[in-house]
Amino acid sequence: MTAPLIELSRIERVFHLGDSQVHALQSIDLCIAAGEYVAVMGPSGSGKSTLLNLIGLLDRPDSGSYRLAGRDVTTLSADEQARVRSERIGFVFQSFHLVPRLTAAENIALPMVLAGIPPAQRGERVRQALRDYGLENRADHRPDQLSGGQRQRVAIARATIMQPALVLADEPTGNLDRTTGEDVMRLLEDLNRGGVTLIVVTHDGALGARARRQLLMADGSLQQDRPRSGGTRSETCALPT
Amino acid sequence: MRAADLIRFARDAATGNPLRTGLLILAMAIGVAAVVVLTALADGARRYVLNQFSAIGSNLVIVLPGRSQTGGFNPGNAITSTPRDLTIDDAQALLRASAVHRVAPLAVGTSEISVGGRLREVMVAGTTADFIAVRRLTLAQGRFLPPGDWRRGASEAVIGARIRDELFGRDEALGQLVRVGDRRFRIVGVLAATGQGLGMNTDELVIVPVALAQAMFNSNTLFRILVEANSREAIAPAKAQVSEIIRLRHEGEEDVTVITQDAVLATFDRLLGTLTVAVAGIAAISLAVAGILVMNVMLVSVTQRTAEIGLLKALGATRATIRNAFLTEAAMLSVAGALLGFALGHAAAALIRQLYPAFPALPPDWAVLAGVATALVTGLAFGVLPARRAALLDPVQSLARR
Repeated sequence: MTAPLIELSRIERVFHLGDSQVHALQSIDLCIAAGEYVAVMGPSGSGKSTLLNLIGLLDRPDSGSYRLAGRDVTTLSADEQARVRSERIGFVFQSFHLVPRLTAAENIALPMVLAGIPPAQRGERVRQALRDYGLENRADHRPDQLSGGQRQRVAIARATIMQPALVLADEPTGNLDRTTGEDVMRLLEDLNRGGVTLIVVTHDGALGARARRQLLMADGSLQQDRPRSGGTRSETCALPT
Repeated sequence: MRAADLIRFARDAATGNPLRTGLLILAMAIGVAAVVVLTALADGARRYVLNQFSAIGSNLVIVLPGRSQTGGFNPGNAITSTPRDLTIDDAQALLRASAVHRVAPLAVGTSEISVGGRLREVMVAGTTADFIAVRRLTLAQGRFLPPGDWRRGASEAVIGARIRDELFGRDEALGQLVRVGDRRFRIVGVLAATGQGLGMNTDELVIVPVALAQAMFNSNTLFRILVEANSREAIAPAKAQVSEIIRLRHEGEEDVTVITQDAVLATFDRLLGTLTVAVAGIAAISLAVAGILVMNVMLVSVTQRTAEIGLLKALGATRATIRNAFLTEAAMLSVAGALLGFALGHAAAALIRQLYPAFPALPPDWAVLAGVATALVTGLAFGVLPARRAALLDPVQSLARR
């Protein structure tokens, strides 16, 4: 097994809603190795999206430490975290979050534009991505001219264009019908087979069951961490005691 | 993010909402156009007055008796302390100066003019043939005083348009004999009406040969000597030469004051220039209003695009990138507005010039530059707050917004 990619220990996240405090995450200890395929499941409000945002460095824990690829990222500045997101993390959202005024090709190129990659290199990579995701003849279409499945394919192309080590998907099939959702999941799983660590948040049990490791959350804490039947837990990721 | 990408991104964001962008550019354009048009009007007024003033005579150097400057001890003062009068000889001597083109002595007094039982008080100017050229006057009828010996002169007079109307009505004035003081003059010319001008009103003037005027007022002094320099550049040398000639003739004493028309013009110029600046300042208020509008619209834009900002952050955009994107957009809107306003303002000024050809409504370059620069600066300055707000948005909450 490879070295752990994500190490969370004693992570707490508290939201203040008026006078009351909501413990969105309570004492989370989690270790995910590079190349794993993890499904985070649980009812809504269980903290699974908060956990994903935290892993994606969109949110900061109130306490605890988060080490990404051996590096403590909780203490990084906002701009340093932005760079980590740019280089290592790809996001796939339930509602796609494509920029409506940009074409499919421009949306895919957006992370490279933000990272300041020269246009010539961008063009080559976008063409490759459009081929890989079967979007060649949709390159110049705007999101409102694309079907839901095509939109999510654009979003996945965008999430992977910087070749991140980690792809985080928050209910990636939530806005799609069953067959399209199936296609999208296959694309994500292909990525995982290519070595990308994949974390999918879902409340769909069937979808979660496809993952090699399932995390079950309730009320902000990890209830269950089980490998798919027959699998084994990675030793390098033994949880701290 | 590369500069070219930043500009393209901001452009796409701006054109993504044409109505908002259009209105904003329009507001900015109106502000800049206001500066251009108002300063064109104010500066046009300045030029108009200067043109009128220089109609008195260009390249004019005026010699007045008496000294107005404070000076040190002068040997001339030891001999006599009485200022010498300006005489016809002094005036004639000035013709020797190389920078001097024409000289017209001027003796002035008031007297009565009468013809056929009508009588009125008039200002009498005694001068020579070159006066009409030096003062840039025009004749309506007849001719001006003939050139000749300045110490003599035929009993001929040129009268102003108003005098002609009042004394002769619709009758022929040329060739008529009039009595001025105790002398009789034949009217040989009538000046064209100039209306109320600056300086003396030539419509109510009677012009006679300088020698006769001096005899009439029983003095041999001059009120002024009007000197026309060869050119605009020759004004300063002419002034120096005139001072020197008079000083030598007055036994080394500088007992005259030599002023140039430039000095008078400069005063007017300053006065009306200040007015232009004041008007530009007033117009700049509309630019500030446009700037606040930019801020308002950009703030709304940040709110509308919250989800997009969250996405950009998730995709690895730093705060600086997002701030720059919004600042670039504000700057582009300001630039577009400023350029449009520049064009609109110049078009309006051109229209005014078409409608009133006498009025040189041209915006001064400094005002145009200041207007455009103010537009850019306000656009950017008021763009900072929205851009900062966008940069500091929380990505999780932003992404949750639809």
